[in-house]
Amino acid sequence: MKKLNPIFEWFILLFCTGTVCFFLGVILYDLVSKGWPVLSWAFVSKGPTAGMTQGGILPAIFGTVMLTLITAVFSVPFGICCAVYLNEYAKDTWLTRLIRASIRNLSGVPSIIYGLFGLALFVQSMGMGTSVLSAGLTLGLLSLPYIITTTEEALRRIPASTREAALGVGATQFESIRDVVLPSALPGILTGVVLTLSRAAGETAPILFTGAAFFIAGGSGYLNQEFMALPYHLYMLSTQHQAIEQVRPIAYGTALVLLIVVFFLNLTAFYIRYKHRNNE
Amino acid sequence: MQIRARENFDRTFRMIFRATGFLVIAVLGGIFIMLLYNSIAFFVKVSPWDFITGTQWNPSGRAASYGMLPLLVSTGIVTLGAMIIAVPLGIGTAAFISEYAKPGLKNILKPAIEMLAAVPSVAIGFLGIVIVGPGIAKITGQSNGLNALNGAILLAVMALPTIITVAEDAIHAVPRTYREASYGVGASRWQTLIHITIPAAAPGIIAAVMLGVGRAIGETMTVLMATGNVAAFPRGFFHSVRTITSTIAIEMGEVPYQTTHYFALFAIATVLFILTLAVNLIGEYFVNRFRKFQAA
Repeated sequence: MKKLNPIFEWFILLFCTGTVCFFLGVILYDLVSKGWPVLSWAFVSKGPTAGMTQGGILPAIFGTVMLTLITAVFSVPFGICCAVYLNEYAKDTWLTRLIRASIRNLSGVPSIIYGLFGLALFVQSMGMGTSVLSAGLTLGLLSLPYIITTTEEALRRIPASTREAALGVGATQFESIRDVVLPSALPGILTGVVLTLSRAAGETAPILFTGAAFFIAGGSGYLNQEFMALPYHLYMLSTQHQAIEQVRPIAYGTALVLLIVVFFLNLTAFYIRYKHRNNE
Repeated sequence: MQIRARENFDRTFRMIFRATGFLVIAVLGGIFIMLLYNSIAFFVKVSPWDFITGTQWNPSGRAASYGMLPLLVSTGIVTLGAMIIAVPLGIGTAAFISEYAKPGLKNILKPAIEMLAAVPSVAIGFLGIVIVGPGIAKITGQSNGLNALNGAILLAVMALPTIITVAEDAIHAVPRTYREASYGVGASRWQTLIHITIPAAAPGIIAAVMLGVGRAIGETMTVLMATGNVAAFPRGFFHSVRTITSTIAIEMGEVPYQTTHYFALFAIATVLFILTLAVNLIGEYFVNRFRKFQAA
């Protein structure tokens, strides 16, 4: 190949990087510049009025918080237990390899298929109906592989000598895990959990048929009822509403609130990771 | 506590931990059985040949037809478009971060890419409606810009963080001795990158692209919002398309329980499942090759 002008070479790579940053810049600039004027205390503390054209998004915020909590309650204990089993107990047998292969495949399954699975299992077979519980459990299944992978990574960073010291002073294996291994892996586990939940909070496809609703008068808070959620609300406002242009400002406000929630969770995770690194 | 009680406790918890391992297998198995069961219920009524080769998807017409080819081609077009945009940009960015950027710049770029990865898909779909759509409409003179190109651009944005992160790892893992040998025989930085570093990192880069393809095929909300969703046979990037994922999302909410149409949606979900599984397996194969290379 003929030698290119070095400045041109540099420019190609800079152009790639610049375009990627440009995408991020457009996303942030557009959502913030058009969403910010809509944000007010009333917007986040009142329900929608006048057929969604006025009022706020409180029920959607409430629904997303509740949904994320249910997701966490289901996926965090199971995910951590499974990671503990894989990293602390399991030997390299065909069964262990099958479990690991399942986890890898599950993390590649499209989210809409989790939605179908939630519909078939929780909504129809188990009779929970379209409800916040069905949707939360569906998102819990979706989150499970991520929580297992990140927790296992955190456990792997704990040196074997730590476990041996606990066993050496007479602890059983369970006691060494409960009192020594898990507490020292906690920051890493928390980082993974928070990142996974931020993903779950922004997911839309799995809740489409498992319980999200366009409008619920007042957040009921019951587990067996349908709910409003921020991502679903944004989807409906931007594609399904009769007066799309009229509700556009509210859609921008919803998008910005969703983005703030997700980025806040991400920053929390980075903070935990950063603080832990300094302690080491 | 008595030693006996502590040992029992230990044994009980070992069982509990192991049971959660089975839960994971059960979830994957459950998804698989659900897809298989409902697909079989569908293929009892409609022949698999008609399903795969049919060029018309019209389940609610008087004579319902369940040809999935238009959906498959739509998914293919949008994914192909996304990769044409995302692969060069992703590899270029990964090479820049790994080989050219100074540590200070790296510390800004890496969090920026993590931030891009964190943006929810529904928000990107929304921007497809309010920014990319009108932009395409203005350039092409169409009434709205909701078409395959719009979906491809958005999917490229969604796949980029995955591609960049994995490709950057791969390029970074190429041993320094390779580069030094190349510099030693008088090659420039660019020549080293093009002829030595990127070829050496190729398995990792292919894995990165495969993971990106997997994300693009399975993504629902962005394509649902930005591609216009016309169920006709797709004619190109400037026409509206309807992917497998958006068809499921649109029709599942309205279809009556356990009708042929209901089973048909599970059948196309099975195709989607197989597609993503195949792409991820290929990706995994290259990741393993890349690991072997690293170990050598």
